[in-house]
This record gives sequence, C-alpha cells and structure tokens, in this order.
Amino acid sequence: MATTEVYLNGKYTGDIENKEEFIAAIKSERFKEPFAGRLNIYYNEELNRVFVESSRGRATRPLIVVKNGIPLLTERHIKQLHKNELSWTDLVQQGIIEYLDTAEEETALVAFTEREITPDHTHLEISPLAMLGLISALVPYGNFTQSSRLSIGAKNQKQSIGLYTTNYHVRMDMDVNSLHTPQKPIVKTVMHDLADYDKHPAGQNIVVAVMNYKGYNMEDAIILNKGSIERGFGRSTYFRPAIAEELRYSGGLMDQICIPDKDIKGYKSEKDYKLLEGDGIVYPEAQVSEDNVVIGKTSPPRFLSSLDEYSLASNIRRESSMALKHGEQGVVDFVVITENEEGNKLVQVRIRDQRIPEVGDKFTSRHSQKGVIGFIFPESDLPFTSRGIVPDLIFSPHSVPSRMTISHLLELIGAKTGSLAGRHVNGTTFDSEPEEKLRKELLELGFRDDGTEIMYNGLTGERFHARIFVGNMYYLKLKHMVANKIHSRARGPIQLLTRQPTEGRAKEGGLRLGEMEKDTFVAHGASLLLKERFDSDKTAIPVCESCGLTAIQDALKDKRFCPVCGDSVEISDIEVSYAFKLILDEFKSLGIYPKLQLENKY
Amino acid sequence: MVHEQLKQYVEKIPNKLLEELEAHCPASKLKKAAEKLCEEYLNANIAPGEAVGLISAESIGEPGTQMTLNTFHFAGVAEMNVTMGLPRMVEILDARKSISTPTMEIFLKSPYNKGKDIRDVALQIKETSTSYFVKEFTINVTNLSIELNLDQEKIREVHTSVKTLAKALEKALVKEASIKLVEGDNIELKLKGKDEKSLNVLYKLKEKLKDIYVTGIKGIKQVLPVKRKDEFIIITAGSNLKKVLELEFVDTTRTVTNDIHEINSTLGIEAARQAIIDELLKVIEAQGLNVDLRHIMLVADTMCMGGSIKGITRYGVVSEKASVLARASFETPLRHLTNAALVGEIDYLDSVVENVMLNQPVPIGTGLPRVIAKK
Repeated sequence: MATTEVYLNGKYTGDIENKEEFIAAIKSERFKEPFAGRLNIYYNEELNRVFVESSRGRATRPLIVVKNGIPLLTERHIKQLHKNELSWTDLVQQGIIEYLDTAEEETALVAFTEREITPDHTHLEISPLAMLGLISALVPYGNFTQSSRLSIGAKNQKQSIGLYTTNYHVRMDMDVNSLHTPQKPIVKTVMHDLADYDKHPAGQNIVVAVMNYKGYNMEDAIILNKGSIERGFGRSTYFRPAIAEELRYSGGLMDQICIPDKDIKGYKSEKDYKLLEGDGIVYPEAQVSEDNVVIGKTSPPRFLSSLDEYSLASNIRRESSMALKHGEQGVVDFVVITENEEGNKLVQVRIRDQRIPEVGDKFTSRHSQKGVIGFIFPESDLPFTSRGIVPDLIFSPHSVPSRMTISHLLELIGAKTGSLAGRHVNGTTFDSEPEEKLRKELLELGFRDDGTEIMYNGLTGERFHARIFVGNMYYLKLKHMVANKIHSRARGPIQLLTRQPTEGRAKEGGLRLGEMEKDTFVAHGASLLLKERFDSDKTAIPVCESCGLTAIQDALKDKRFCPVCGDSVEISDIEVSYAFKLILDEFKSLGIYPKLQLENKY
Repeated sequence: MVHEQLKQYVEKIPNKLLEELEAHCPASKLKKAAEKLCEEYLNANIAPGEAVGLISAESIGEPGTQMTLNTFHFAGVAEMNVTMGLPRMVEILDARKSISTPTMEIFLKSPYNKGKDIRDVALQIKETSTSYFVKEFTINVTNLSIELNLDQEKIREVHTSVKTLAKALEKALVKEASIKLVEGDNIELKLKGKDEKSLNVLYKLKEKLKDIYVTGIKGIKQVLPVKRKDEFIIITAGSNLKKVLELEFVDTTRTVTNDIHEINSTLGIEAARQAIIDELLKVIEAQGLNVDLRHIMLVADTMCMGGSIKGITRYGVVSEKASVLARASFETPLRHLTNAALVGEIDYLDSVVENVMLNQPVPIGTGLPRVIAKK
C-alpha cells in the first residue's frame, strides 16, 4: 500500500500507511488536551499529502460537528447553556464545536440549516449570521440587500458619531466626536444584543418621509426638520486637544510655558494672548476662536552662533505658542498639566466645539443610503400627515431603485410598527420578523399596512395627490462635517521659493487653476483674464539691456547695476512671473545663457 | 461662366459655392439667394484669433476620456477582430509605422461583386504557403529526401498547379535541395550534399518548407468574403495595397486599407490625409461619440502639412514648434534646451505656452489685437 507524506506546520515529519485511520484518529483526539481544538488536518489528494496545522494566526471559525447526519449539539446542551451550567469552552472541549481553518474547510461539507443535513454532512453552521462580520451583522434585514450595499452600510456605521467610550470626558483623544443624545435602535439584530450595542449606540430613531420636497433632496441630499434639530437631533461635540511640551535643548536652554513678552521674536498681538492666565495656559470654559493662543510658549533662538543675537543679549527668544488655526473655534473643556516620559512639563488643553447639524453635514441610514443635508426647513413649512406628524427627515425615493436597498424600506415599516407597538423589532439577517407579520400588526394599530399616509403640503396646506411612505428609522450622523472641511481664500500665505500661493486647507491655500483650466481660458480667447489669474507671483525684475541678464537693484543706495556690464548701462524693469525668473536662474546654473532682448511694448 | 448678378460676390465667396448656387437656384431669385449665401458664409467663417487648435484638442480629447480602453470584440465569424477604441486612436495620432491589425476592404468589379466565384477570388488574394497544399510530409531517412503528399483539390482551388508550386520551392531552396516531380503529382525533395549532420538539416528543411510562399499576395494573412448591403467585398487581415490594386478584378476606386503609411506611399499625401480623417472618424463613431468633422480635419492637416506623415509626438509635430520654451514644456526639456543653447536659438514668444510661462497676455482672442500709434 502506498504511503502518504505527513507535514506538520509545513515541515515534512514522516510517512503513514493508512491515511484514513490517521485522519480519523487526529479528529477524534484533537479536542482533548493538550490540543484543545487548535489542531487542523487537511488531506490533499493531488499531492497525496496530509497537512497538520497547529500554529497560531490562522483564520479559523467554529462549526457544530455533525455525525451520521445528526448534529452533536442537542436541545439538552442549549438548556444547560441557558442555565449557565455549560460554557462555550466546554462545548469545544467535548468536541461538539470544532474550529476549522481555511484548508480543512475544503474537506468539510457544511450544512446551512438543520433541515438541509444529509448523512454526508460533516458540520452545521452555528448560525447563518456567522458568515457576516460584526458590523455587517448590525445591518437589519441584511438578506434583503445586495451584498455590496451591505458592505457599504457596514462601512458607514464605522464612521458614525456615537458614544465611543463612556470615559471620554477624562481622555485626551485626538479629533473625536460624541453624539449628545444617542438612542437604541428600534429595529435590532441579534448582534446588537451580543455586542452590547445599547451601551454605545451611535444613532437616533427619527421619522422619515420618502418623497421629494422642493428639490432640496435631489441627488442623495436629505432635508432636515429645523424643529428636530432644535430638539437635539444630530447634535454632537467635537473634541480636539492642543498639546505643548517644554523641550530641553543643548546648552541648558529650554522652552518655557508662559505669557510671552512683547519684545519677543514673532510676537502675535496682545489680544491673541488675552485669554491666558498667569501660568501661560487658558482658563477652562474660555470661549476661544481663530488665532487665540491657548498655551503660551517661548523657545530659545534657533541658531546660537549668530553674532548680533549675542550682542543684543537681553531677550532674543522666539514665540512658539499653540494657537487655534484658521477657522477653528470652541470652548476650553479640560486642562491637564503633567510630565511626560522624559520628565518634560507637558500641557494639554482640550477644546470642545458643539456641532449642530448644518447644510452639508453627512447622515446615513444603516443601509448605505448616505446623503448630505440639502436644506433645513422650519417645522411649519414641512409636510405633515393627516395625524399631524411632521417628518424629521425627507429622503429621496430616487435613491432606492438603482441601489436595490430593500432593507431600507423594510426598516421603515419595521421601526414604524415597533415605535407604535412600543417594542423592539427583530431584523436579524436571515432570521427577521416577516414583512407580512409587521404589516398585519401595523393594520391592527390603525395604520395602512403599506406604511403610506395622506400628507399635506406644509407651505400651502394642500393635500398631496399621492400617499407618502412614512416610517421610522435609525439614522446615523457621520463624522464628515462641513465645519472641518469648508475652505476659501482671497488673500493669504505664499510659498517662499516660488512666491505662489500655498496649497491645502491647513495652510489656508489657494485652489489651483491647472493646466486644463488654463486651456479653457485660452479656448475662450480670454487672454487678459488668463494673465490676471496667473498674476499671483508676478514680479518686476531689472534687466540689463546690453547683456540681457537680470541686473541687481541696491535698494539701500538706490542704485542699479549689472553684474556683468557694470553700472553704466541701461537697466529696465520687466514684469514677469517669479517662476520665470527662477527658470532663468536654472538655465544659468545649467550653463545656458538666457539672454532677454528687450523691446518697447508701445 | 458666373452669372451677371453674382459678379459682385466673386471676391467674397468661393467660386464653387457660387457655381452650385447658379446650378440650383432659379434666375429670378438669384440675387436674394446670393445675398443670403454671402451672409451665411461670412457667419460661418472663424474669427481671427480663435484658438482653433486648442478647441480641436479639447473636442477630441474630452470624448477620448470616455472611450473604453479595450479592443472591441466582434462576436461570430462574420467580422474580423480589428483594434478599435483608444489604442487605435493613439496608433493613428502617433502615426505608427507598424500597426497592430492591418486590414483591407477590397471592393470588386462586377460580376465578381455580385458573388461570382467569390471564394475563388478571395483565395487568390490570400498569401498561401506550402503547408496549405500538403497533406503529409514523408521523410525518407535512407535517401535523405522529403516527399510531399499534395492535396490536388486545394491546388485547383487556388488556381495554381503542381508546377508552380515546384518552381516556388526550387526558387526558395536553390542551395539546399533539388526538386523532382514524382508519380501521382507529388513532389520529392532531395538534399544536396551529404555529411553526418544531414539528418538534422533534413528536419530543419521540413520546418522551413512549411512557410515557403507559393502564391497569392504577400502580407494578406487571411481573407473573408462578406456581403455588405448588396455586394460582396473581401475583408482581409494583413495589408498590401499596392499589389491588391494591380489585380484586374479589384475596384481600385473604393478599395482601402487602414495602414496610413501604405496609403501615403502608394496614393500620396492627400489620400493619406483623407485616410487619417476616415480612420479617426471610424474609431470615434464606433464608440458612439460625436466629434465635429472639422476638428479631425485640422488634426489630419497638421499631421500631413509637411508632405509626409508626422505623428503628434515629440519626434513629429511637436518637434516642428518654433518656440524653444514650448518644445521644452512638452517632454525631454533638457534636450531641447541644450540644443537650443548650442545654436543660439531665439524665442520670439509668438505662441501660447511661452507667454503663459512669462505671465504675458497670450496672443489669442483678446490678446491678439494691438494698438498701433501713427508716428
């Protein structure tokens, strides 16, 4: 009989004669100590090799063992589990539940539900929900949506603002948000209970009407009710700390946290420091805004060797305070004065900023139906139902057909039923309350079973011809808020090298008019407008008319001369972009003589 | 020739338009029509200073971004696979010497275009090599010879004979082997000279034999007779315009190839210009896009302006630009700058890019007119 090679953790360890016996022996012994279910075995027919794996870091998943068509987990076990007489580890140690790795999975036949089991099956799925991740399982009615939408819905939930930790008020996290009045979702899945979602919820239950209203919710935008916002919907706090450390430099010099003196290098202005207390730190609950210093700090000069700095001896320290950046504002929330690992004084100031929903803030349901606020209507101008209910949010019906998020619509019905009946609704993927049942219940509660309601135009009072689908829904506020992204510039900082405007919001930069945008100006023949656009770095440079090179202007002596031809030549100013002056310099460094031939324009 | 009433427009409107008007318009309404024509013609003229090149570039470039990158595949046997889409467009505009799928559309004179002997005609055009006619190669080791068992039917099919086949082989293998006709119209090849390596040489000869050109037109790898509307044409893979046009049954006025350089060498630059326009249009229309013909014409004109085809590459059209700075701003700047420095080139700042670099008004549109003062 042919032998089979055996590999333990990828290394050849020996040959066996009867592979079936060997595999069966391992499978029957592996749940016992010392293996404790961490052993996997896989026979590759093509190679005629048996692979035994016991290493760490493999992806494994638990399954119920099935023998002769009967799952080993019985009602008795479940009863014991309920009474806490039995634990998960007991089940694993008894060989009722096995962890399979990806290789062994190939040799197993796993039944999806108990009904499907045939004598050939080796395992049974604990729950079909187990094939989803933790967050994907949080999407209600997940089996009523495209898989890609489910993944997006899960991704959106990760960006939602909720109660990320209960001790946030003593933490110094960078860039975090916290929702003011989070609620438990009405439509839940099993995972909400398993993951203790009630202890860290991330959204709010609101009334949603599926309709268009004045065009402010086209293209995935949403309309919010101003009244709802005033009642606290979507209100959150944004925390950002300012951190300063007293660094030590060579020569016994060090930073100093204090109110900087007026004669210091780079002193801002008196009113920027007005919020500082004697120790150079702002007081808690101070209202701070743009350019306000929150931690005053001075540093020793950068270069000690500079002679004049020695001679002036007195105060040559430079300003290095922590101030609020352009466009920032808030309230000083929490101040910590401490020492870091190196023994330096460390000051942290946490700034809090209340964020009330505004046009441009991003919201989403749990079904990848995200959108930004397009308009906030006063409550009185919004449509209302015949019962007088005004929706908190108006959602565009055009968002549904192409994306096929049926789960979104089911949640509307589910949560409506749940809120009217005063109970939670189970929306677990593959195991949810059926639509028919919810409809029936809704009907019994005195509502139409399809969830639609008669509505009236809030502006005119006229009744809408169509009935509007109205329901409740768990909505999440996402961390992308306009306040952190809004940006504009008219004047501002420029780069040292090119004298062109800086780039990016953080540096208060300009928006680049690029190559292709330039082309549109040329195509329209807007020659002078194009020149004006590119005037950001224009300079006048003196040029020697005899040699055509840039001349030198000595502003102190009010004299101009050419470094090549001396001072007895004609020198004229020409207006070019600073970038062109740079390229002339570069040509010269290449050994190319860029001679400018000047000509009178008029 | 031109009507009395139209005399005053001779200077303003092209003659051809006037002739057309004269031919189609009743004499009584001629004056009014001419007036209207003059107005329309002047409206259609492009204003001086319009950035026609840039608008053409944008008009072709923008739909180009929407083009699917992949080759368009025709399903079924009725059509051949021809490179289309963006790769083909790049091929045309770069004026590549060897294109990825050369094809011809051969139109036939009647009665052939009605389907007479269409299979025969097609096979005559196709380049055929020995292996097509041979049923079996038999190697005789003792004699150091190869016997070719020929398929007589196929020989008849292509209107050739065993003799021509033998002649072709003889011509190609003068040094290596002697050719002899044997009974049953087969061919025997005997190796010339004998040494130890002979057997090896014999095997190599057998392989070489397969690809020897016998008949048809060189370069035409495949033929496909297709019925288009109500006449038969032949679509080919591979192209040889010159040889195909020499065939007596070919309609020389309509037969085309998609190899632009070949058109240039056989029919001249004007034909090549038209070929560029046609090929570009074909690509654009196949993608369901819409670009005005005049933009494409401008591109084709630019490419053919110098009497030879220049691609829109740094070796072609771009190298002809007058301004050093403009050339340097498009690929290999250092090469252009050093070369310009060596000959002391002067940049007169006459075009767009240079002036943008210097932050001067570009001489286009509103930047074009200047004020001239009387001295």
